[in-house]
Amino acid sequence: MFEKALTGSRRYWILLALLAAVILTGFIFYLKQVNQGLIVTGMSRDISWGLYIAQFTFLVGVAASAVTVVLPYYLHDYRVFGKVTILGEFLAISSVAMCALFIFVDLGQPFRVLNVFIHPTPNSLMFWDTVVLLGYLLLNLVIGWMSLESERRHVPPPAWLRPLIYISIPWAVSIHTITAFLYAGLPGRHLWLSAIIAARFLASAFSAGPALLIILCIILRKNTRFDVGREPLQALGKIIAYALSAHVFFILLEFFTAYYSGIPSHSHSLDYLFFGLDGHATLVPMLWLSAILAVAALFLLINPNTRKKEGLLLFSAAAVFASTWIDKGIGFVVGGFIPNPMDRVVEYLPTVPEIMITLGVWAIGFFILTLLYRITVSVRAQDL
Amino acid sequence: MKLNRKEFLERAGRTGLAIFGSTALFEVLSGRELMAGVKNDPSAVRWAMAVDIPKFVNSSDYERCIQVCNKIHNIPQMNDKMHEIKWIWKEKYEHAFPEQSFIQVRSDLKERDILVMCNQCNNPPCVRVCPTQATWQRKDGIVMMDMHRCIGCRYCMAACPYGSRSFNFADPRKYLDIDNINMEYPTRTRGVVEKCDMCAERIDIGLKPLCVDACRDNSLIFGNLNDPKSDIRRALKKRYAIRRKPSLGTEPQVYYLV
Amino acid sequence: MYDSSKVIPGLLVFLILVTVPVWYNLFSKTSGNVPDPVIDRKYNECVRPAKTMRETHMVLLNEWRDRVVRDSDRSTITVDGAVYHRSLTNTCIKCHSNKAQFCDRCHNYMDVSPDCWDCHSFPEEEPHEAQ
Repeated sequence: MFEKALTGSRRYWILLALLAAVILTGFIFYLKQVNQGLIVTGMSRDISWGLYIAQFTFLVGVAASAVTVVLPYYLHDYRVFGKVTILGEFLAISSVAMCALFIFVDLGQPFRVLNVFIHPTPNSLMFWDTVVLLGYLLLNLVIGWMSLESERRHVPPPAWLRPLIYISIPWAVSIHTITAFLYAGLPGRHLWLSAIIAARFLASAFSAGPALLIILCIILRKNTRFDVGREPLQALGKIIAYALSAHVFFILLEFFTAYYSGIPSHSHSLDYLFFGLDGHATLVPMLWLSAILAVAALFLLINPNTRKKEGLLLFSAAAVFASTWIDKGIGFVVGGFIPNPMDRVVEYLPTVPEIMITLGVWAIGFFILTLLYRITVSVRAQDL
Repeated sequence: MKLNRKEFLERAGRTGLAIFGSTALFEVLSGRELMAGVKNDPSAVRWAMAVDIPKFVNSSDYERCIQVCNKIHNIPQMNDKMHEIKWIWKEKYEHAFPEQSFIQVRSDLKERDILVMCNQCNNPPCVRVCPTQATWQRKDGIVMMDMHRCIGCRYCMAACPYGSRSFNFADPRKYLDIDNINMEYPTRTRGVVEKCDMCAERIDIGLKPLCVDACRDNSLIFGNLNDPKSDIRRALKKRYAIRRKPSLGTEPQVYYLV
Repeated sequence: MYDSSKVIPGLLVFLILVTVPVWYNLFSKTSGNVPDPVIDRKYNECVRPAKTMRETHMVLLNEWRDRVVRDSDRSTITVDGAVYHRSLTNTCIKCHSNKAQFCDRCHNYMDVSPDCWDCHSFPEEEPHEAQ
């Protein structure tokens, strides 16, 4: 089926060429980083994780969100998602690939990465995160490819695919729970030391993923012969509405515990993010933007009159994606390091090399996604 | 026994899974501590350090300890607070002990510098999170670093509640006095995490850590916590001691005599 | 065979290209330049015979590394009455103190670049910046 990615319209090739250019630029900057070390980034002794790990955390969520289309279709026979599940699975593949790449570019000694497998360490959540992410990648590769291949040949998928699909559902939840556990068990980081982190992660993931899926479906509709129709987008919109409500609710819960308890360590990070701390307030505008976008999207998605207008649905999806990206990436990951263990505020701003490498990895993800979606569109179009 | 291709692949897959799964299981069951933490065996050696705060008066009292460590261990000196490497350094009291700071704190502590370093915790979160066991806890309690294995993921830096760990953002040799490197101790390379390891290379041959030897007047006391006759036990018996962030359960083994 | 007029010459060109390392070294002047490492001797014997070291010094160094760093075993070895520590920095480099004249000779010939000296310094060489 790969050969289907080798033919396409002008727009297809232009898109691939643009992405390749971004990838190449990112790669050149990455060589600079390998040569000089991570000093080319904006990370510091106090903020030891930055843009790369922020993207990783966000993208694990997007990968896990494939379950929002897989579960209704395969477990509850929700036919509306018939055309969309494959798109969700391929999005998961692309996201996991980006996650792996973001970890790789973040490592100080990337060529030693196999040490994680040569010396397995069951007490380390990072070891398990690597294992489950690889497993999830394999699952989605097999499931997605076999489903599409079966569709191409007009045969039902093989019987052994069903158990794999059923396994992928709790597995999706597990990848994001384990990623949340990476943060939620660290005694010194009070923004992260909350029982609700895994729930928050899942809620924001199930908002961000379907939002991206809506955007991708509309892009496909405008640029190819592949139109999933109105209903799946409406269904995705409803899913986002519920997930986003939970997400906003969980954030408000965090605020309550932090501020009503009055314990300084619980609220210092939120102070920095939303109000500024010790005169430092660089991230405050972004966090409030995230909050406003989330609330606006919530109104637009809950109200059926605004949700039914596809223009507004697209806007809401973009708002949700941007809002969760800021909240989970910048707010959560960077905010957890501020104030530092000595109770000082040290700030973080990404550098140009760091941004270019990040864009390069996103471009690789979208490159993979474009190839996979091209194959999908081609298979779907064969019967038209 | 006739196997078709599908059955063969299924059996091979199951076998492979069993083998991979069992190696991981074996590692777990072969007695490695799952939750890092040295069991309290009173007959074993348990190293600890006590910092006698009132004995550190002038800046030379601190610099004596800090400089010997920096020099012998080839610690790069860069005027760059964002990327600096420090194994032992001084912090103001309110930053070393944020939970025991208040406006009317005892006057001699208020603006005092406190010598801080890796606390060699008994229940170290950094060891729990390291995915390659590049950092681990020895039986004598020291939390060690293996620079050869570290992949530079910096998870340990996120886990440490005391900010004791430093990362080599750049090649440290750029920031060393090239003609005066201590040849008997390796430098490190970019991309690995490092921290004070209580001079493991010295205590393993019966010596004391460099900072302890360099200080005067017993301002740093080092010894075996499990030996009731050791200097540190006697000091802790007589004087009141505090530790950094005790409520986190890390059980730091650097005690501060106030 | 279809297109045999293109395939057979193509295969021949491929064979020639893929065996370049063999016949290039055979006919060039540099063949026969067996590496000639030079040691500044300060002790009598190395911890292992030269032939063993040539074949397995990398394994020995890894064993020493794990024994000393990971198992905290800093016990000494005695070879012919001389006492050695299991240490690249404090034992090996004391005799093989010139990297360019010893280590690099064979490593360059074999096109091997271990990264030990990013951290372990040599006295008779400017500690260079890590590659």
